[in-house]
Amino acid sequence: MPALTTAPPPVKTPHGGPPDRTARFPTALRRNLTAHGFLLGAVLCFAVFSWYPMVREFLLAFQKTERGTSTWVGLDNFRTVANDPAFWQAWSNTLLYTALALVLGFAVPFVAALVINEFRHGQGYLRLLVYLPVMLPPVAAVLLFKYLYDPGYGLLNELLGALGLPAQQWLQDPDLSLLAVVVASTWMNMGGATLIYLAALQSIPGELYEAAELDGAGLLRKIWHVTIPQTRLVLSLMLLMQVIATMQVFVEPFLLTGGAGPEGSTTTVVYLIYQYAFNFNNYGAAAALGLMLLVLLAGFSAAYVKLSRAQDD
Amino acid sequence: MSTRTLVPPARLARPRGRAAYRASLALVLVLFTLVFLGPLYWLASSGLKDAQEVIQTPPTLVPGTFEPENYTRAWEVMDLATLLLNTLYYAFGALAFQLVLDVAAAYSLSKLRPILGKAILGMMLATLMIPATVLVVPQYLTVLDVPIVERNLLDSPWAIWLPSVTNAFNIFLLKRFFDSIPKELLDAASMDGAGPLRILWAIVLPISRPILGVVSIFAVVGVWKDFLWPMLTLPDPAKQTLNVGIYSLSNGVPVNVLIAALTIASLPTLLVFLLFQRNIMSGLTAGGLKG
Repeated sequence: MPALTTAPPPVKTPHGGPPDRTARFPTALRRNLTAHGFLLGAVLCFAVFSWYPMVREFLLAFQKTERGTSTWVGLDNFRTVANDPAFWQAWSNTLLYTALALVLGFAVPFVAALVINEFRHGQGYLRLLVYLPVMLPPVAAVLLFKYLYDPGYGLLNELLGALGLPAQQWLQDPDLSLLAVVVASTWMNMGGATLIYLAALQSIPGELYEAAELDGAGLLRKIWHVTIPQTRLVLSLMLLMQVIATMQVFVEPFLLTGGAGPEGSTTTVVYLIYQYAFNFNNYGAAAALGLMLLVLLAGFSAAYVKLSRAQDD
Repeated sequence: MSTRTLVPPARLARPRGRAAYRASLALVLVLFTLVFLGPLYWLASSGLKDAQEVIQTPPTLVPGTFEPENYTRAWEVMDLATLLLNTLYYAFGALAFQLVLDVAAAYSLSKLRPILGKAILGMMLATLMIPATVLVVPQYLTVLDVPIVERNLLDSPWAIWLPSVTNAFNIFLLKRFFDSIPKELLDAASMDGAGPLRILWAIVLPISRPILGVVSIFAVVGVWKDFLWPMLTLPDPAKQTLNVGIYSLSNGVPVNVLIAALTIASLPTLLVFLLFQRNIMSGLTAGGLKG
């Protein structure tokens, strides 16, 4: 225990014998008390608003609460949730959303970073631009998209028309609504990832590209054989983070399509949790569904923690 | 170590390469401006249109009508001043709580190293593994009836401030920075008779200004952008945040007034970003992978 090994050097006692052991303990005790005093405020907040709710999440999932009294119901909540017709739709929407978000939300910022990194001019301006939407309040950004998507007076259909493409019912068509949500969410959130990729790109040693060019590698082969392997760690961390974040998506569909969307096409797992808890007051079902999501994401979280340790070393 | 672009510099030095560089730079600048600034222009300009023009098909790129009073109407009808002040109050209160409690905790874990400190840090970091949205339900139930003190924090700023302290990521960033402060520096002060609080105040905090900046930005932006938590815990319209307040009024006002309100709501963070962009963007990459 480091706290004890750094205790003050032995005190010389008047009679020249070994120092009195008890004299050291008050110092160590006081040091520990002070240290815990510094920790106290944060630990209390964690205990009440983090650790206790974590335990409670597990308890709630196996309980039924009616008029303030909780009874154990075993797996009943899980059965209720699994028998809900929206259950499978919510999971398949969430997985589809995650897949789309990986294609768009993961690839687009990487390509944007590759492009920005190619130019010696205007880099500051381009970086500023991609990060602007991140600073908007989400309600402003989402409602702006709702307006852009509007089939009647929206700008998007007008632009498509100018390119000779047919107008679409972006948020009203069950086949398009999820894609529309992902596009809005990518626009809103890609700035952070782009800047992180840019920093990673700028740490690639130039000699590697020179060596690849001597071997006659073209643009795509350089990206494939140098850029991607050199940024692999950052890329996989961002990939995991993207999966963890998009599996929990709530605000974008909630504001764009009211949550469920046309024919339930944008109902996500977290929206279903929200409905159970705050529309139907069924906290047990909400907790049971939450626990399923938690188990699924635990694997991704563990991989993330392991990889970020590797990055720190 | 020199960094390089994908296109070999030698090719850019040739006249044709230089022309291609300029052309593609122009293309990229225009494209990025249209994609990222275009929607914001559309927002601000639509806020100036009259009620007819704003919902007209086809939409107009340049407003044909000019009604700047939409902005004053939005300000009054949606009571944006109250929403703005509320949000500021919550954000800076959360910042104060995090700066005091999280800095103290990180300092203790890094430099004072109490018994069980490692276990406590581990339990704090473990909260990062739990998906935030899963915890919302039990956290909400906790706020309704806080254990031991038996208080209901609904509609109280404490419902925002206290949970914001449980920011394990900020504690982790602070602790990692404090770890890099040489022990000798603190030992010397300790020899001169300075206590832990004085060492924190006079030595650790002044060195830690960059990381304190990063953590502060994360703290304020976190509250500013949050939606679900304030929607649940602050149902009273007079106490809502900008995000929640605008959302709950969005169906009751004309489109042009709503759009003007969205423009106004976007301005504070955009201005802060333009002023502190260097700190924010370097903090983002220095602070690791949160974005």
